[in-house]
Amino acid sequence: MKLFGINLPAMSSLILWGLLWEVVGQAELTFFVPPLSEVVRTLVTIIGTPSFLSALGETAYAFGMGVFFSILIGVPTGILMGRSRLLDELLLPWVNVFLSAPLTALVPVLMVLFGFGMKSIIITTALFAIWIIILNARTGVRQINRSLVEMARSFGASPLEAFFKVYLWAALPEILGGIRIGIIRAVKGVIIGQLLISIAGFGALFELYSTNFMMAHFWAVLLVLFALAFSISEFLAYLERKVAYYAAVR
Amino acid sequence: MSQIEAFKHAQPVPDDIAVSTRNICKTYGSVEALKDMTLEFPRGQLTSLLGPSGCGKTTLLKIIAGLLPPTSGEVTVNGKPVTGPGPDRAFVFQDFALLPWASVLRNVAFGLELRGVARSEREDIAARYIREVGLGGFEQAYPHELSGGMRQRVGLARALSVDAQVLLMDEPFSAVDEQTRRKFQEDLLSLVQNENKTFIFVTHSIEEAVYVSDQIAILLPRPSRVSEIIRPTGFRQKSADSIRRDPEYLDIVDDIWASLRSYVE
Ligand SMILES: Nc1ncnc2c1ncn2[C@@H]1O[C@H](COP(=O)(O)OP(=O)(O)O)[C@@H](O)[C@H]1O
Ligand SMILES: [Mg+2]
Repeated sequence: MKLFGINLPAMSSLILWGLLWEVVGQAELTFFVPPLSEVVRTLVTIIGTPSFLSALGETAYAFGMGVFFSILIGVPTGILMGRSRLLDELLLPWVNVFLSAPLTALVPVLMVLFGFGMKSIIITTALFAIWIIILNARTGVRQINRSLVEMARSFGASPLEAFFKVYLWAALPEILGGIRIGIIRAVKGVIIGQLLISIAGFGALFELYSTNFMMAHFWAVLLVLFALAFSISEFLAYLERKVAYYAAVR
Repeated sequence: MSQIEAFKHAQPVPDDIAVSTRNICKTYGSVEALKDMTLEFPRGQLTSLLGPSGCGKTTLLKIIAGLLPPTSGEVTVNGKPVTGPGPDRAFVFQDFALLPWASVLRNVAFGLELRGVARSEREDIAARYIREVGLGGFEQAYPHELSGGMRQRVGLARALSVDAQVLLMDEPFSAVDEQTRRKFQEDLLSLVQNENKTFIFVTHSIEEAVYVSDQIAILLPRPSRVSEIIRPTGFRQKSADSIRRDPEYLDIVDDIWASLRSYVE
């Protein structure tokens, strides 16, 4: 971005929004928005506390497992859908339905099926992430150059070799894009899971702080969550850029 | 004297046939791409499939490669019927079909990698063919860093390094510029001479076909069939650069054009 001919560093608009937050907070317009400076001060005090760290660990575990399974299942499913007409016809309607469905409404069903523990939270997380991962892997595979597929076959690639040595790599730019969006959705999934299924992790903190009107604490945890989600997504965007050079020449 | 003349124009048909297609038919839905295609490809020689685009050249080549099943008919390689891709054939693709995420070395070695050759061995072989096609020094480069002509050399080196007896080339030079193309054609001539392989070469360029071929099969569209087989023999022994001025070369180019022009609006 450029302002008065000066190049501003990336995301400098955040400074503006931070200032606005501070002003609104200082004006005491609503108890719901304490000043940013107070939020940051609270953040510093709670970030090392055992309750915060255990919440972070619990959330990170559920999030990590959910994302892990959604990638492990989602990427191969998407690739197979892109390669097999039959599988595509069978699964695509479901993928599209779940992609746009209000998944939160399904959480009670998951609780009945899988109980009130970590398992349900992980499944909720995976359920939020997996559909876009499938869909993107499928898109990536479908636009692989036909002659690349024929090349692998003509040199005698087995289906498994073709999968691991050609399809996976050729679709990598789209697959990474899907994982990036999936991870952002998984953040949503894990918090919803921890709020609705069992009050655990960051969900428990949100619950605790909001019912006790500890708004500075509430915003501090939210800031941490945003920062984590943002860093992971930026890291994936960086990986995506690393493979972008061949996205155009496949 | 007339006897000598007759002898000179006699076109010996070699009896050592590497690949033959018998009564190949191929329909795509309602499109009849190939109809009753019967052709023989002599061992150690280069046969061109020449014809206007859409006449089924690629289709025939892919059927020989085992990438496409024919609707009916049979392909045999060394007398054995083709049921799928096999190590006796290697394909050179019109659009190169290189792995963009792999170096030149890995690309060239990829055919061997799929055949389970150990890494050090396949990289040795690949490095040799990379030098042979004139890409020495580019082993660690990536395809997007190379020009079109260099990419096709990578594709060629990959096909050569699996040491298949039959090389199938689908308009391999159509995506490279004219100067590079001429160099390629000259290199192809020496390749045919030095490697004891059977080349099946698809092109839509009359000059290119006459320049590089031992035998030219002229295909006509709708329904696709072989209209003529031409064996340019007189100038094969000449040096690469004098062929293009040879009267027989020029005559054959004219003849082919005369028989094809009615199909080109
Ligand atoms: N996958 C396909 N589906 C339907 N029609 C095809 C397909 N591939 C080729 N054709 C048709 O078959 C005919 C021959 O194609 P092709 O073998 O590619 O010709 P050429 O290589 O000589 O240009 C064309 O009319 C083309 O439209
Ligand atoms: Mg073609």
